[in-house]
Amino acid sequence: MNKFWPLFFCFWPIVAVVAFWISPAMNWWFPGMAMSPLGQQIDNLFYMILVIVGLVFVGTHIGLGYVLFRGVAHEDEKKSWFSHGSHKLEVLWSVAPAGILLFMSLYQLDVWMRYRVKSHFPDEVQPIAEVTARQFEWRIRYPAPGKALMPTPQPDDLYTVNDLHVPFGRPVMIRLRSMDVQHSFFVPELRIKQDAVPGTVIPIWFETVDEGDFDLTCAELCGWGHYKMRGRVFAERESQFQHYLKTLQAEQDYDGVRELGSTGAQIAEYSRGPHKQAGH
Amino acid sequence: MSTLSPTADVHGHGHEGHGHHDIGFIRKYVFSTDHKVIGIQFLMTTLLMLLVGGALALGVRFQLAWPWRTVPIVGEIVFSGEGGTMSPEFYTMLVTMHASVMIFLVIIPILAGAFGNFLIPLMVGADDMAFPVLNMLSYWFMWPAIFFFGLAFFWSGLDAAPAQGWTSYPVLSALKEAAPGAGIAQTWWLMGLTFVGVSSMMGSVNYMTTIINMRAPGMTLFRMPLTIWGMFITAILQAFALPVLTAAGFMLVAERVLGFNFFVPGGLIVNDSDPTVGGGQPLLWQHLFWFYSHPAVYIMLLPAMGMVSDMLAAQVRKPIFGYKPMVYSMAAIAGLGFIVWGHHMFTSGMNPALGMTFMISTMMIALPSAVKVFNWIGTIWGGKVRFNTVMLNCVAFISMFIVGGLSGIWMASVPTDIYFHDTYFIVAHFHYVLFGATLFGCFGAIQYWYPKMFGRKMNETAGKLHFLLTFIGFNGTFFPMHMLGIAGFPRRYADPYIHPYMEHLMPMNRFMTLCAILMGLAQLILIGNFILSYFTGEKVGRNPWQANGLEWSAPSPPGHGNFDIPPVVYRGPYEYSSPLIDDRDYLMQTDLPPKRPVEKEQDNTSSNDAAEGQG
Repeated sequence: MNKFWPLFFCFWPIVAVVAFWISPAMNWWFPGMAMSPLGQQIDNLFYMILVIVGLVFVGTHIGLGYVLFRGVAHEDEKKSWFSHGSHKLEVLWSVAPAGILLFMSLYQLDVWMRYRVKSHFPDEVQPIAEVTARQFEWRIRYPAPGKALMPTPQPDDLYTVNDLHVPFGRPVMIRLRSMDVQHSFFVPELRIKQDAVPGTVIPIWFETVDEGDFDLTCAELCGWGHYKMRGRVFAERESQFQHYLKTLQAEQDYDGVRELGSTGAQIAEYSRGPHKQAGH
Repeated sequence: MSTLSPTADVHGHGHEGHGHHDIGFIRKYVFSTDHKVIGIQFLMTTLLMLLVGGALALGVRFQLAWPWRTVPIVGEIVFSGEGGTMSPEFYTMLVTMHASVMIFLVIIPILAGAFGNFLIPLMVGADDMAFPVLNMLSYWFMWPAIFFFGLAFFWSGLDAAPAQGWTSYPVLSALKEAAPGAGIAQTWWLMGLTFVGVSSMMGSVNYMTTIINMRAPGMTLFRMPLTIWGMFITAILQAFALPVLTAAGFMLVAERVLGFNFFVPGGLIVNDSDPTVGGGQPLLWQHLFWFYSHPAVYIMLLPAMGMVSDMLAAQVRKPIFGYKPMVYSMAAIAGLGFIVWGHHMFTSGMNPALGMTFMISTMMIALPSAVKVFNWIGTIWGGKVRFNTVMLNCVAFISMFIVGGLSGIWMASVPTDIYFHDTYFIVAHFHYVLFGATLFGCFGAIQYWYPKMFGRKMNETAGKLHFLLTFIGFNGTFFPMHMLGIAGFPRRYADPYIHPYMEHLMPMNRFMTLCAILMGLAQLILIGNFILSYFTGEKVGRNPWQANGLEWSAPSPPGHGNFDIPPVVYRGPYEYSSPLIDDRDYLMQTDLPPKRPVEKEQDNTSSNDAAEGQG
């Protein structure tokens, strides 16, 4: 019976390890592969830390289990081992973790710099849209097709809500702003998160490796409707993206008076399904 | 027990307490200046608040498991307007108030207020705190805080209670248009926060003064129990960090009420209001807030670390492994604790260079935490282990702290924190530290020092049952949160399942909620045990655990003035299983140095001194 509690304390770490082990198979894991090169590097860092942390977790719990088992065996002895510690061990278990921790932090600086430090952004990256968060939606401003995004709104800019279209296969940048309170631009599948801070414009860049549509959520409490700030990011071919912008322009310029002409047909065509029009 | 009794004026302060003064009921039990009564008052209040905070948490868990369903028991009464289901406003309020209550009214006051008050004078050998009246005020400033938090709840209706999160980031918390709860309720919340701050500050000043000035003769700094070191370092942390939060709170109140402009930038259109004017900076609040609130995490942990060290040594009958490294690592945690606050802001848009420095300092704070874990395991190593409730809670503390500490590595590393920030991974992490570590430490401490508080032991069977159910319920609730976080499940979502990538996580959330209910119900055992043991618990003498600390040389419960025999300290508090004596395995701090054969005396004195100096 006196082994019950040491077994109890050894049982749960095993459950924890098993739970982590089966999680990917049970779909309790990342929402799919990282769809951006930087996201894949973040995942690699995650797995590297998982290995280190896992070893430490298992190691410390083996140590804890061992001293508990030994301890209950000593229960009837008159006295415990009289020891105030060991200088050698203290040095060992201070220096070793320090080295590992320092390695981990220096090893990761590179990814952080490429993600966030402007001078390390990809050379060719240009802002393609401005995303303004507000309670409780994402407002998106594109430049007119063929033009560059200006810091201030231009008369021929294109506007839409919640659906962000970007071309895949090249780095793109968006300018992130907030119209009211703080929000956070979170695309789990791309492993991107950036707060939208009122009064500040923050550039974020990313590159999607393939076609797809990804969930865009808000990750900073922004009021009662925080949970329903659902947007989507559509990664599509360059030509499709340009086509989308043109359709958006046609839609925006459409004054409702003309007959269903070329622009109307474009809208109808696009709304039938953008992804079937590959190859334009 | 061989205890030296010097004359009373060796002590030199105040009245030497010998039992009873003729004071009335009110002065004795309500507006008492006795640190023990104040400590017990804090304990009762925080346990009451623990139930309130726990009930709020169950509300959160219910919504996550069965969103928009009729809330059982309270639904028809509280949400009659909405047909028994809670509103999203109410949900965000639950999240906010659960955190506010648990942090400001439970964890901080149960450690510093309850155990700090009760233990500091007893463990350093003083007859009371340095400033007893200030001490009494520090308790009675809790009640305005509770009052104002309560006012925030009810003043403008439950759907307009503060719902800005316990972090209360402006602009959401600064402009009344920003949210239903950002009206007057937010001002009441800030008032509550200020009163908690004042209460903590009074305690902090008192603890520092008492520990520096009122130690018994012979109680050198390195003979102090680790509990006292934990409390001392915590008090210093509070004294230096808290003014920043108080100032930030006043700035936010000034912004909200008096038209000052610190945090709100110009040109914002909030909820179709007129554009704001001014040039504030929302990140300023985040810096000020986390400059306090990160050290506050250690305020919520260090005393528990100290208490667990004391309990562990007494249970395994062994000296603390590496006493000085334990002290230095606590000091290191506190020191580094001041330069890591930016890790809460990696995705906030602050200068990326700060991200790098804060990453390195945050990684480094894992080091003293690791050293402490190794030393606790070292303390058990070679000891006699008997699993009573105290020991169980201590081992749970270590095990849970390992989990909570290790998951923190992902948050310290900026690139992975980009993904994990504001997801349930964070929620898992801090619940493992604050509940898994601190609260298990407190459950152990209640069991351990209850005999000193009331002169009776708590029931062991009930204690073990409470531990078992709480441990299983706790891990069932919080361990899956790691998986939720990895799946990208954000915090503070009233209904995450409208996002397709989270739809499949609802069954897991139901399982977690059931575990949370189990854990909640288990606390009734604790409350029952706490109350019933007062009447039916086994009566004990001064030193039921055969422990070494000064508090165990006082009567149980100690009278007014604590010590009937003024204590003199000859050694550190961890001389268990000392080879100097044969008949028992503990050597109290007050015991005279054991007699030895004359010819050996010279050698022994020097080696004793060395050993005892090490403490």
